[in-house]
Amino acid sequence: MSDYRVLPGPEHFLPPAAASMGISLPNPGEAHINGVITSEDKAYEEAARQFLMAKVPTIFPGPLVLWAWNEKAAKKATAVRHLFNTLKECVQPGQKPMLIPMPDYRPKYPKINPEVEINPNHPNLTIWHNKIDCCMFIGVHCHQANLSLKIIRGGTSCYTIAMCAQAGHEDAMLSFRDASVEKIMRLADTVKRLKGTVQPRLTSAKNGASS
Amino acid sequence: MADTHSIIGTKNKKGQTYTDTWKMMNEAPRTPSFYTGSEVIKEAIRRASCDVMIAYPITPQSEAAALIGELFAEGYIGDYFRGESEFAVMSQCAGASFGGARVFTTTAGPGTMRAMENFPMWAGARLPIQMIVTCRGINSPLSIQPDTLEIAYLLNTGMLVWHAETAQDFFDWILKGYIVSEEPDVHLPLALCCDGFFVTHTKDVVNLTPADMCLPPYDPYRSPVPCMDMECPPVRMMRDPFVMKSNYISYATHASWQQEIWAAVERSRKHTIHWLNGLVDTENTDADIVIVASGTAVSQGREAIRMLEDEGVRCGLVKVKALRPWPEEEIRQATKNAKHIFVPEFNVTGWLAKEIRATVPNSQRVHAGPHVCGGMTMPPEIIVSEIKTALGMKTFSMAGRGS
Repeated sequence: MSDYRVLPGPEHFLPPAAASMGISLPNPGEAHINGVITSEDKAYEEAARQFLMAKVPTIFPGPLVLWAWNEKAAKKATAVRHLFNTLKECVQPGQKPMLIPMPDYRPKYPKINPEVEINPNHPNLTIWHNKIDCCMFIGVHCHQANLSLKIIRGGTSCYTIAMCAQAGHEDAMLSFRDASVEKIMRLADTVKRLKGTVQPRLTSAKNGASS
Repeated sequence: MADTHSIIGTKNKKGQTYTDTWKMMNEAPRTPSFYTGSEVIKEAIRRASCDVMIAYPITPQSEAAALIGELFAEGYIGDYFRGESEFAVMSQCAGASFGGARVFTTTAGPGTMRAMENFPMWAGARLPIQMIVTCRGINSPLSIQPDTLEIAYLLNTGMLVWHAETAQDFFDWILKGYIVSEEPDVHLPLALCCDGFFVTHTKDVVNLTPADMCLPPYDPYRSPVPCMDMECPPVRMMRDPFVMKSNYISYATHASWQQEIWAAVERSRKHTIHWLNGLVDTENTDADIVIVASGTAVSQGREAIRMLEDEGVRCGLVKVKALRPWPEEEIRQATKNAKHIFVPEFNVTGWLAKEIRATVPNSQRVHAGPHVCGGMTMPPEIIVSEIKTALGMKTFSMAGRGS
């Protein structure tokens, strides 16, 4: 097993892909935390804990859940909204949950508006601008998600979570695979259950997203 | 959108049953058949639920390409046409794959070289196209004969590269190749190579799966990139490329993109090991002498080992099945006891020996050879001779015919 660990950055001018450092994706029924394969149960707990600890916990929904292109996508979108509302109910004063979409993958020139969207080609701009210290990708095509996750790890200290509908993401600090409505709802339930038990990090000006 | 699992057990328009690939390849009855490699390609594609095949004639793959035309006429393939050149063919394959089709093509030698610009593009665009490469000479003066030099050029394209030894490998790997290639965490093109003529034009007994079973269809909705969308990368990337923007973000994005392609090659390792039963096959790796080879050089190496055994010299064998992903750890393990590692190859540069030298500790153990090229055969006697010479044993020269 690789000694490499997928940790919040800023890691490097050009951080390596975790797969090239020997990190493997989880098998069905598993997840990973920091590149170490773990049970999904543990991953739910850790993801919820990271959300509740963050000053600006943020969900980045991508095109696969932003558009009702099939019934499953519409149901997932409702579940994502439920998770966001749960987060808002469960955080403490001073924490600011956000829901920022990744509507498409076009490189945005001359400049993205980081208040309203995130883009896989320069996701660090949205992270830095909003001082996001924990985020979750959902409904982003895998290639674009990995592109983003590496860039975020390279240049920010944001903790990244992937709720992936396919095989998962080694470039996130925590990744689920085979995401479903049930898994999103279970994460929301875990956040609700841990409400009030996690001490938030409220000094993110220094400890949160780097700039 | 189709759910692959719900399709298993249903029939296609030819009456073939979409079958769980593991069952089809490992549990279904096999029928021994006496076929050329080209005919085997046809029989594999008959069972591959292919949407599109694009052809262009170049020896020695022309026969396979023509035979697949027959499959189209029989209704086994959605579309089939001849491109204007190899470059056009590979570009048209990209178009079909962008549109969500399972795509197949074949090429060889100068055709591979002519189309080369497309291969990193395929990989970068995450297109799981399968291309058979029936290797032949590429340089001037013209040679249509077997020579594996073109594989060296494919190794850094970001494609998966497998090297078949036999027609049986070919049959099985074409079908398994689609499954590995189309995994959402991989989703890369596959160059499935063989040594032209030696495999394509000789007959061999090949155990075929039932013709009434076929692979589940490709599901483009599992792709890691959106299929055909002119406003999104990778399509938009090519008309509005990052490289046109001179700023740090553009460069960093492109770098991250390249890393992701090679991360996908890495991820294919797990799936390739599962489907090919390892990236390498090994025999007698406790021996002092180990032959490491790929393609038909494995067969010649095997025969050389048999001949050496008759003389009391014991050799091991490593058959390298996958070149990308590269079986680094497997080769280190398999050669850890070897005092001498011989790498017979059908090309002038010895690209496989260079890869192995970069992989194993104490690389002075690696003997890059024997080499033949330009269509020469590799009699096992020259492998025997190379090994005996290195061991200081008396040997003979096959070249000496004069006084």
